[in-house]
Amino acid sequence: MSESQTPAAMLSRRGLLKGSALLGGLVIGTYLPASVTRSFAADLVKGASLGDNAEQGYGAFVRIDHSGAVTLISPKIEMGQGVQTGIAMMVAEELEVPLSQITITEAPPNAALYTDALLSFQATGGSTSTRYSWEPLRKAGAGARIVLIQAAAMRWKVAPSQCHAENGRVIGPNGQSAGYGELVDAAAKLPLPTEIPLKAVSEFKLLGKPVQRLDTPNKVNGTAKFTIDLQVPGMLIASTLTCPVHGGTLRGVKNEDAARKVPGVRDIVRLNNAVAVTASNFWSCQQALKALDIDWDLGPHAGLNSAQLDKSLFDASAGDGVFAHQSGDIAGALKNASSRFEAIYEQPFLSHSPLEPMTCVAHVRADACELWVGCQAPGMAQAGAAKVCGMPVEKVVIHNQLIGGGFGRRLESDFIFQAVDIARQLSYPIKLIWSREEDMTHDRYRPHYVDRLNAALDKDLRPVGWEHRIAGASVVAAYIGALPADGVDGDAVEVAKDPIYTLPNLQVRYIRHDPEVIPVSWWRGVGPLRSTYAIECFIDELAHNAKVDPVKYRLALMQSQPRAQAVLTKAAQLVEWDKPLPAGSGRGVAVTAVFGSFVATIVELEKQGEKGLRIKRLVTVIDCGFATNPTSVASQMEGGTLFGLSAALFNEILIEKGQVQQTNFHEYRQIRMSDAPPVEVHIVDSVETPGGVGETGAVPAAAALVNAVYAATGVRERRLPLSRFGYFTV
Amino acid sequence: MQKLMINGQEHDLDVADDMPLLWVLRDVMGLTGTKYGCGIAQCGVCTVHLDGQAVRSCVLPVSAVAGRKVTTIEAVGEQAVGQAVQKAWLDHEVVQCGYCQSGQIMSAVALLQEHPKANDEQIVNAMSGNLCRCATYTRIRAAIKSVSQA
Repeated sequence: MSESQTPAAMLSRRGLLKGSALLGGLVIGTYLPASVTRSFAADLVKGASLGDNAEQGYGAFVRIDHSGAVTLISPKIEMGQGVQTGIAMMVAEELEVPLSQITITEAPPNAALYTDALLSFQATGGSTSTRYSWEPLRKAGAGARIVLIQAAAMRWKVAPSQCHAENGRVIGPNGQSAGYGELVDAAAKLPLPTEIPLKAVSEFKLLGKPVQRLDTPNKVNGTAKFTIDLQVPGMLIASTLTCPVHGGTLRGVKNEDAARKVPGVRDIVRLNNAVAVTASNFWSCQQALKALDIDWDLGPHAGLNSAQLDKSLFDASAGDGVFAHQSGDIAGALKNASSRFEAIYEQPFLSHSPLEPMTCVAHVRADACELWVGCQAPGMAQAGAAKVCGMPVEKVVIHNQLIGGGFGRRLESDFIFQAVDIARQLSYPIKLIWSREEDMTHDRYRPHYVDRLNAALDKDLRPVGWEHRIAGASVVAAYIGALPADGVDGDAVEVAKDPIYTLPNLQVRYIRHDPEVIPVSWWRGVGPLRSTYAIECFIDELAHNAKVDPVKYRLALMQSQPRAQAVLTKAAQLVEWDKPLPAGSGRGVAVTAVFGSFVATIVELEKQGEKGLRIKRLVTVIDCGFATNPTSVASQMEGGTLFGLSAALFNEILIEKGQVQQTNFHEYRQIRMSDAPPVEVHIVDSVETPGGVGETGAVPAAAALVNAVYAATGVRERRLPLSRFGYFTV
Repeated sequence: MQKLMINGQEHDLDVADDMPLLWVLRDVMGLTGTKYGCGIAQCGVCTVHLDGQAVRSCVLPVSAVAGRKVTTIEAVGEQAVGQAVQKAWLDHEVVQCGYCQSGQIMSAVALLQEHPKANDEQIVNAMSGNLCRCATYTRIRAAIKSVSQA
């Protein structure tokens, strides 16, 4: 692979030069794959001479010990997306070891070694893991193989080209054979070559094959440990009640005696906006919290409600904001248009609600702060924890863990900081576990948005001008504290400013409007999901207005996007799009290009009872370039599609009196097996550079669903979720 | 003092009558394979077997299980159906994050013990009390069907 074809080079073209961004304007770094892989040499030295010596610190990605065992230090956390298996496959492929010979350990926070060049910080998110890893992790494996072969060749006094590696061994020209473990000492003294050639796709033995994930056997027998399952010596359970009104604080606590009478209770800890109880078990924590008489200062937002928030955003959305993109002459196009069409789409606040609630084990001692926590952004967690406990960053040790559902929630560290705040007041380690109610009412929410689209149409009702206003909170600013000088949130306008459709006169405006007090953050699918929803519903409306088949209407506008055309065409073929359905049934489609992948999803609905609708069929076609592990790609598309549908069908976080109204799953319904049929996934065969799949499936689901509702009922809904209009409420 | 029969072993535990079985398993006995998700029997991640039936341990006071047989994910593989379901889960690569899968497996095993040839409708009825936020339902169905059609 030449330098210009690397994901990073593609990113620098698409991302840096054009100013786009994958995870919202965070692309500010320079990608230097050589510097990342070269640290492998130092790493191999440590691996060879010291074995597992944590005091020396980890190197980069690969260590090999004297027994030949390979340790992969994973820069990416496993939260169900299968990424650690995928990365291990990359290393195994080039290192020529069986996958079973690789043990995976979590990378500690270390910006120098583990910064994701696509994100510019150490994190797992934005569907970047495979894209980021594709070159450096294969090079880490290949580099190790090269020096191991050199070491063997020196020993046997033959040329390296006469030797080859297989199955964790180097084989010589006369049948000589040496295991990697025997060679690491000599190999560690050799410099890594400056050029590390990689296998061509046609040479892959492992990559591209469906491989069973390495983390799953322990997840079917109860032995896998998530953060919530950890036990450290002397630890007690902690749980909190946070002021129900966002922005409120703790004034005082009464009735402590009753709380202390609950068996197993140890301490009651006051925080700025919460009370914590520690006990031998979670149940006692909850009983004690209930027994307390807590006096809250509800603060300045105790009158806040959803109606105000929504009106404020809706009013703001009519404003001009800042330009995120301008090409052609939109004013001229609108003026000279044969006709115009305008529509407004609204998407609600959403909670992440992973099934493992926020939880963190924390031990703050005089000399260090030790944390065991599944987190998507360990560097940010470390830096923030250091501030809370008043220690230098290097005194905060983070042991990253398996994550019981991320979806963006664990890019945030608020619960980690709370755990540190409690633990710094105690002499023993705690495991903070949020109740589901704390988790749902104190999430950091996907913000609500208003998208206004305005099209200038020619006499055939095709768009010749396209004006898109995006109004909502800046998640980028919420996450990193500021926006770039142009005031554009790169995440919010992604896809909208670079649509798959050829639109000669395109203008995208960004109107930043942060909600009062309600915290906001990343949510699976991020900005591309929001933009895709609005664009794919709008284009569907244009097609129906023009009385043109929605697939054909799209295809005609996608001439410059062959991969997008191909996924759409394939999806239509799979459902026999041209075959009419019975009255009351309908199909909806959406297609988009996101996270380096192309995806088309079709939802088929049928009538159920008098007014009801039922999802009859779900088909999604994904072109993610080369599929490193096709099983993981299919799984992500199946789950992602239903994740997107779940929110579009049912979910909306509402605020009354400054408090989140949805407290648990009886008030925040999630899609269940009874709600949906199996998802049919088709993966396009491709040798293109891998694209992302973790978020991709969720992106087109809502638009396809809403378009299907129109096809089935003739009613066009533009606001989510659909349950607010009485659909799918049975 | 509660007399409990858990995974074939008798335990005398000094816990309050109203403490849910889930927290006795997790925080008193250290059996953390059974998970906490909602505390109100809405998500199913805490599912265990009580005399072979799938129950939500987060709302089951420990006093209600005295003298009855409790089986958790840690021991369900000792039964033939449990083993078959665990294998099917791996063969069909059901698991994503895995947090809910203990509960999913316990529900599936209870279903297949009662209805070894469970049909689509029985599968949906038995499994719709178990949430999966990764939404692995497509593969859960396929895995159960591979056992019921074997």
